[in-house]
Amino acid sequence: MTAVPDVDRLAVGDALPQTHYTPDNVQLFFYNAVLWNAHRIHYDLPYATEVEGYEGLVIAGPLLGDWLAQAVDNWLGECGFVQRLEYSNRQASFIGETLCTGGVVTAVDRTRRTAEFELFVKNAAGDIITPGKATVQFD
Amino acid sequence: MGVLTDEVLAAVGRKGPPRTEVVNRRDLRKYAIATGQTQRRYIDGDEAPPLYHVALFWDVVPLSELSPDGVSIDRLLPRFPLEKAMAGGLDIQYFQKIRPGDVLTGTRTLTSIYEKAGRSGALIFYEVVLDVVRDDGTLVLTEKTTRLLR
Repeated sequence: MTAVPDVDRLAVGDALPQTHYTPDNVQLFFYNAVLWNAHRIHYDLPYATEVEGYEGLVIAGPLLGDWLAQAVDNWLGECGFVQRLEYSNRQASFIGETLCTGGVVTAVDRTRRTAEFELFVKNAAGDIITPGKATVQFD
Repeated sequence: MGVLTDEVLAAVGRKGPPRTEVVNRRDLRKYAIATGQTQRRYIDGDEAPPLYHVALFWDVVPLSELSPDGVSIDRLLPRFPLEKAMAGGLDIQYFQKIRPGDVLTGTRTLTSIYEKAGRSGALIFYEVVLDVVRDDGTLVLTEKTTRLLR
């Protein structure tokens, strides 16, 4: 992958830089406060584990979606615009886990100056917990 | 026979009330910090990161309207015969950037309800489309949420 995002030098199979996230209670609290999301699975450990049967406090699904978007958007910077983003939350993840985001180029259209990416959030076991796709329009 | 009754299916096409929100720098900065953004334009609140609209249009409900698990009841949805929420996904198309001072109106429409046979019984899928427009009527983004119940 080129250091400066350039559609003319991009090739199918190029990998995006990977980023690791280890969210803690403070970050999850801030995130849910920003949303006005009071779902107990994100801050009430006895509720999350004993009532809902989770392994721990659940990292909010759209926060994983945001990190997925960052995987392509932080590489792109101000060289273009994310036109389309798709993702699905397939598997829960918990406070204490370290997650990894990244992706790969799946299509390049130099005439239209667009590129498509397959994106992932993986857990430490290597499971893709949030797969996604993005289409980018380069300036 | 399926689990979806005509009464449940009749909810398809239902629209929520349009909600108008003003984007401000302080909220953009809070969102950027909460999500660990690294780009200056986001941290400074000059521009919204791609997923910011999720926070902007999350329903703000009083405590009295939350269920005991802290979740707000989505009045757009019918009472489904299955209630255990499973995976969900978003498909977003962006047309314009969001910046402080923007006045945005979001309208949600329940566009689809269908069922499939899963390994351990029926699964219900539903789709909600959120259209976000500027005050001059131009489209900012559309977001299709798909959720799965078992």
